[in-house]
Amino acid sequence: MIDKRFVGLDLGSHEVQLEKGALKFFATAIGQENSVYFDEKAAAEAGYPGLPVPPSYYFSLDMFQDEPFGYFDTLGVDLNHVLHGAQDFEYFKPAFAGETVVLKAKIVDLFDKKNGALDFIIKEVRVENKAGDLLAKQVMTIIVRNPEGRA
Amino acid sequence: MAYMDLSTLKAGDTLAPLSLKPISRTTLALFAGASGDHNPIHIDIDVAKKAGMDDVFCQGMLGMAYMSRMLTDIAPPEKIKSFGTKFANITQIYAQLTCTGQVEEVEQTEDGALLKLSLMVVDENDNVKLQGHATLAL
Repeated sequence: MIDKRFVGLDLGSHEVQLEKGALKFFATAIGQENSVYFDEKAAAEAGYPGLPVPPSYYFSLDMFQDEPFGYFDTLGVDLNHVLHGAQDFEYFKPAFAGETVVLKAKIVDLFDKKNGALDFIIKEVRVENKAGDLLAKQVMTIIVRNPEGRA
Repeated sequence: MAYMDLSTLKAGDTLAPLSLKPISRTTLALFAGASGDHNPIHIDIDVAKKAGMDDVFCQGMLGMAYMSRMLTDIAPPEKIKSFGTKFANITQIYAQLTCTGQVEEVEQTEDGALLKLSLMVVDENDNVKLQGHATLAL
């Protein structure tokens, strides 16, 4: 079972420059058909300063760091026992290719179910622009299967 | 891109479903690279087997990205206010997914009307994989 003293743990921050090439690759990988997400001309015609960040891509921005799963080590969790339980986004201001964003992550809650057989990690990531405006917020629910359970 | 007129939608209306090609190993590899989720359990069968799985399985976020296309098909980015999902079940490789959506409510707020949607991703056997929700501004 994960030690509850990690509730509130600051996971630090990292910066990501939003790149059009990476956004195009993502659009291709998911079969995106709305051209504003992969065609700069279509984005410009829609009045955007660059390709917009699509709804679930904020998760990826959190992955774009040296050790995206490093916090599992800190919590004593084996990556192979981890399942993604839920993912929630709130959007405040669209973000576009060319911008640099700052991601700030922390563990906001930890609890267990089924006598410790399942641990739940709730991680929150705030996405801000360089001016400090909140662009989006995401909450990730991670489920850890503890094969041995808890006596 | 011409979007549909969201103001005509009312509670109970369904969105046009989105049918996807069967998930291949290539799909998973490309999504791993594009999404930055390099967890090997989705792309390396040796790692998957070591973890007690029969095979690699789909990244949850791939299902969510497919689900997001239900939103990006009907509304511009600035109108999408919230989006979330539960991952109900692991999506197996070769699964043929379909995304569906329904209007739950049109809520009037001080900042204008909000469209509340429920979203779902099912496989070819109608097994629910993702159960989601979203809010669009009108």
